[in-house]
Amino acid sequence: MTFKPLDRAGIAARIARDIPEGWFVNLGIGIPTGVSDHVPVDREVIFHSENGVIGAGPAPEADKINPYLVNAGTQHITLRTGGSFVHHADSFAIARGGHLDLCVLGAFEVAENGDIANWARRADDPTKQVGGAMDLAIGAKRLWVAMEHNTKGSGESRIRRACSYPLTAKGAVKRVYTDIAVLEVVERGFMVLDMVEGLTRRELQERSEAELHWA
Amino acid sequence: MIDKFVPDVAAALAGIEDGSVVLMPGFGNGMPETLLEGLIAQGAKDLTLVVNSGGRDDGPTAVLLASGRVRKLVCSFVRADSVAGRQFAAGKLELEIVPQGTLAERIRAAGAGVQAFYTPTGADTILAEGRETRVINGRNCLLEYPIYGDVALVDAWEADRWGNLTHRESARNYNPIMAMAAKLTVVQTRHVVALGDIPPANVHTPGVFVHRVVHIPA
Repeated sequence: MTFKPLDRAGIAARIARDIPEGWFVNLGIGIPTGVSDHVPVDREVIFHSENGVIGAGPAPEADKINPYLVNAGTQHITLRTGGSFVHHADSFAIARGGHLDLCVLGAFEVAENGDIANWARRADDPTKQVGGAMDLAIGAKRLWVAMEHNTKGSGESRIRRACSYPLTAKGAVKRVYTDIAVLEVVERGFMVLDMVEGLTRRELQERSEAELHWA
Repeated sequence: MIDKFVPDVAAALAGIEDGSVVLMPGFGNGMPETLLEGLIAQGAKDLTLVVNSGGRDDGPTAVLLASGRVRKLVCSFVRADSVAGRQFAAGKLELEIVPQGTLAERIRAAGAGVQAFYTPTGADTILAEGRETRVINGRNCLLEYPIYGDVALVDAWEADRWGNLTHRESARNYNPIMAMAAKLTVVQTRHVVALGDIPPANVHTPGVFVHRVVHIPA
């Protein structure tokens, strides 16, 4: 039997399934941004955007764009009824002060102790995409990561015993959603919560550098 | 009578000296673009620019950086393929990368008289190398200092003659906190309103933080 990895929207949809009503959630750039599209409107989940938006809603229709309302990816958005705006320090007080139930970030690598690397490929990388990731990673009540299980080119595993890239935060990740599995970070390492249909335990382990555990 | 309005951009930016630390808000919107163009024309050089991101190849930050007037950039995010990224790689630009929440809090701290603070943000990363850390409540924390501005360039939607301001939606971003943190806070406003027209409970940035206002209608 063969298996079909989830595409990026599929990963986002899988994450959305696990977000209950009432949570206050920040979504990072990349795969996580798509998560809100898969949360039904009648399930009240409040989305935070780092640039000071509480209650971020979906993209507006083309003729209803408000140029003064964007999300952290600078895409035009709408505001849900009940939403509000704060300045940047208050917005990050939300992130750093433990007020978010969940933050979902993209990453290059996650290690079995919950370390996350998502802002540079090496210390002298001229790209320095820290943004708000370090604040969100240490501050949210839960940090989940959305990423492809393996790199595109060489197929290198992003599920590591230890991160090889510069860290964003230590021991912060609680759960990882990849294109082929859902992994919980527990005391002894990665525990597999879910896999795509048709994938065997052996195949998943072969695609993971860290040792996997099964409940 | 208090009247913080000045007639034009040149008057608004008069006296900004070489070597100044310039606080510039903006995150997708809320950037004081006319003041920024004015700063390039004004000619101050050897500047330290404090801004959310190094920007792309176009846009006002890129234009200011390309003018060669900025010695040091303090921000949370730089793309390799941008004016900032290339200037840094070529050794022409000093760069201080600050996590975005720490950046906002350091600016707020400057405005609030907080002399330093500890935060877990970045404490376990290479950004903490060679710096003071301390375990507080069981968490490793990094010592951070305020960022004081010599000048803040601020964008507003409405302003009255006392300098009370409102900002539109997410265009608020860094504007209120940067206004607090500088010796000289200069505002460009889209609309001028009479004193008292902004409902008192709806003032986003009170005029006590504002020194000069210039009306830029569109």
